[in-house]
Parts: sequence; C-alpha cells; structure tokens
Amino acid sequence: MRIRDLMPLGAVALAGTAMMAGRGTRPPPAGTIGGKVTYTGTPPKMKPIDMAKEPFCARLHAAAPVLTENAVTGPGNALRWVLVYVSAGDQGSAPATQPVRLDQKGCQYIPHVLVLQPDQPLDIYNDDSTSHNIHPLARVNPEWNKSQPIGAPPIHTKWEKPEFIPVKCNVHPWMHGWHLVLAGSHYAVTGEDGAFSLQGLPPGKYTVTAWHEQFGTQSQDVTISGNEAATVNFVFKATPY
Amino acid sequence: MGKLFAVVVTVITVVSTALFLMHTWWLPVDISAHGPAIDRQLSETMLSSGVLFVLSQLALAVFAWRYGDRHDGRPVKAFPGGATPMVVFAAVLVGAEILALTLVGAKVWAGIFQAPPDPNSLQIDVQAEQFAFYFRYPGPDGRFGATHPELINEANENYFGLDPARDTTARDDIVVPTLTIPVNRPIALTLRAKDVNHAFYVPELRIQQDFVPGLAIPLHFTATQTGKHEIVCTQLCGLGHYNMRAYIEVVSEAQFAQWLKDKAAQQ
Repeated sequence: MRIRDLMPLGAVALAGTAMMAGRGTRPPPAGTIGGKVTYTGTPPKMKPIDMAKEPFCARLHAAAPVLTENAVTGPGNALRWVLVYVSAGDQGSAPATQPVRLDQKGCQYIPHVLVLQPDQPLDIYNDDSTSHNIHPLARVNPEWNKSQPIGAPPIHTKWEKPEFIPVKCNVHPWMHGWHLVLAGSHYAVTGEDGAFSLQGLPPGKYTVTAWHEQFGTQSQDVTISGNEAATVNFVFKATPY
Repeated sequence: MGKLFAVVVTVITVVSTALFLMHTWWLPVDISAHGPAIDRQLSETMLSSGVLFVLSQLALAVFAWRYGDRHDGRPVKAFPGGATPMVVFAAVLVGAEILALTLVGAKVWAGIFQAPPDPNSLQIDVQAEQFAFYFRYPGPDGRFGATHPELINEANENYFGLDPARDTTARDDIVVPTLTIPVNRPIALTLRAKDVNHAFYVPELRIQQDFVPGLAIPLHFTATQTGKHEIVCTQLCGLGHYNMRAYIEVVSEAQFAQWLKDKAAQQ
C-alpha cells in the first residue's frame, strides 16, 4: 500500500478528529436570571365572575366559578401573571416564527397574559358553543375587533409593533386579557408560585423589568459575566382597591 | 278577479281574527302589579281596532264581489260622489279612533309609569352597555357610591366606575349581571346607558323602556310572582345586540335577604 492510497483515510481521520474537537468545544457562556415576584400589603379580592348572561359558560363553571384575574395571588404572597423581561441590554435573536395560540374557552381568555414578538403568528380559537367578538384595544398597532361565531375557523393574525395591548370581548364584558408584544426574546410570565427564569443570556449588563397589569412596573439592573445564575426578586406594593 | 280578491280578503280576515280570538300568539304570563291595567288597555285597543278591521275588510270584500269589473262591457259602478267623501270619512273615523285610544292609553300609562314610586321601594341602578346589563344594589350601608366613568374597568368588574379607594360608600355596593328582586316589594330602577341607546324589555313585567346615554331614567314596578324571566335589549345597539340579555329572578323575601347577604360578603 502506497502512501497515496492512504491519503483518503488520513483525510477522513483528520476530519473525524476535527469533528470530535468541535463537539468538545464549550458553548459560549449563557447566564440565567431567575427569581420570584411577590407582593406586600393587601391585594384586591379575586371575585367570582357571574356568567349568567351566557348560560353555556355559566354551566361550565357551575361547580367552581372563575375568579377575576387582574390580581392573582399564590402561596407565600406570590404574584401570578407578571411579565418579567429584559427591557435593556438584549443582544437580539432570530425572529420568533412559532405560532402562539390564544383560546377563548369557557368565556375566558387562555392564557390571560399572552406574550409574543412582532410579526410572530398568532392563532385565535373559539372553543365555546357561543359567539365571541375579540377586541384588542391597540393604540400603536391598528385596533380591530372580529366576531367569531360557534365553530368558526381560527383567526390568523400578528402584531407588527411592540405594545402592551388590553384585550376584551365585545359580547362578554368580563372577558379580559393582554397581548404583550415584546421586541426582545427574553421574557417569562410568572405562574402561581411567582417564579420566573430568563435563560440563555450572554455576558452583559441587563435591565430586567417586571410588569403587572394592576400594580405597575419595576426594573432592576443585572450584570451577567459568565454562566452564572443571577437572582432578582421583585416585590410589588398591593392595595385592596 | 274581483271575486277571487273578495274571497282572499275574507279568508285573511277570518283566519287572522280566529288567531286572535283563540289567543294563538298571546301575551306571556303577567307577573306585575300594574300588568292587569296594561292588559286591559291592550284588550280594549285590540277589540276596537279589531272590530274596525273586520268591518272594513268585509266591506271591501262585499264591494269587490258585487261591484267589480265583470268584463261584460258595462261601466264599472262608482260610489256616489266619487272616492273623496269615502276617503275623508275613513280618515276621520280612523283618526278619531287613534285619538281616543291615545288619550285613554296615555292616561293608563302615565298612571303607572309617571306616578311617583313608593317611597319604600328597593332602589337598584341599572347600567346598559354593549352588550350586557349590570345591576347595582347599595349594599349594607344603604347608600350608592358615586360613579366615575373614567374609572370603569371591566378587568376588575368595575362596570359602574366606582372609586372604592376613596369612596367608602362604594365599597359595599353589590354589582351583578342578574336582576334579583323580592316578590311583592316595590322596585325602583334607575336606567343609565354607558355608550348607546339600549332598552329594558321584560314582556312578563309589561315593561319596555329605553336607555338614553346621558339620562337617568326612573322606572318602577312590583313583581307579583316568583320566577325567572329574560330581560332583552330591543334597541338595535350594535353587532352583539342579538346577544344582549340578562335575567330577572323574582324570589321570596327570605331568599332575597339571604342572596343579599351572600353577595355583600363577596364585596
């Protein structure tokens, strides 16, 4: 066997070595900002919503009435439905293309707080045996309202500009939600435990903002230098009215 | 052709009269104290206009049968003096009937709706909006909180724009989407519209009253039977008008007291 014959094998071996080396390369550092959102003081009562006007939905919730969602609290003074996002320092990322889904189910918007990015596809479904008329009260983006009768196909739409948009149903006044259109891609919405986690942040200085529909906005600066997990907690002052 | 017309007119007259006499599509049950007076007035209106309707339709049929063009070359007979005296006579007759019904009917209506409400009436505020009704009770303190349109916020069920943070009388106001009232107690409603014209229509209460934005319209009645009935909007108020309704629940005094207590606890 001549050296020339061995060259292809050598090339394969070299390529394999290079691939192994590539697999072993450490990924760029990505930090995490996590924490919890809580409140002090006395929040408003979560009141049962009487859906008597719409017998279909009233029957669905006959056993356990739906409660108002403008200030939802959890154990340990946790605050739900708080948007926590990187409001400054976000180094950008590829545009979001995955469709996000909003359901009108049991005469409620699910989820109550929906976060999406500009031009991200938004699919709106009517899962109820009654008509809905979704009406986002946009001011920066064009305002619209569309009727969605029983069994109507989903509405495919999108928002073009960043904006926090309150959404209501023109037929069922108690239906209320939010479309939060964010320019950045690092965000989270707190659950019942009030916890959030913003992941995959390269080293840098960030401003993290927490927004609650009733209690307002708070911001904190955080610096990430490597793979560390920084902790930021937010405490909102709640008032009963 | 004249005879065929006469037969058709007669059949329509007989069938429609029979439908009224048999009460095929009649008024729903009356659950209000003032209802009998309204029903009596409706019956008188129906009877007097019905008699005139039957007489005029049958006269039309007789004339069409007897004096229609028979296509035999003979001239068509005309009423002596031409049509003018007949038209004038009919207009005066119908006008006199409408005037009489208006005078009598207005007296009945005013006697019910323009009379002052019982001073011990239960006061309830009603707000109509696209496309729902909301009802407000003063709560245990017996006083309504002031309303501020700029504070209206559906997200926290503040449909009336109350200011509980500063106005303590507003804190116990009870706001509900169903009008629950005790039987046999005078009720005094105040109707307000948030946006456009709406109407408060409960056929069983013999009430139909418009809401007009900017006006506080008083309305009073007493329900005499327990039960649940629909309140519907009868002013075309927008795309969701078809779905604008609420319910009125007339309950016993004891049930009402308990309901009020339960609702007050939720505020």
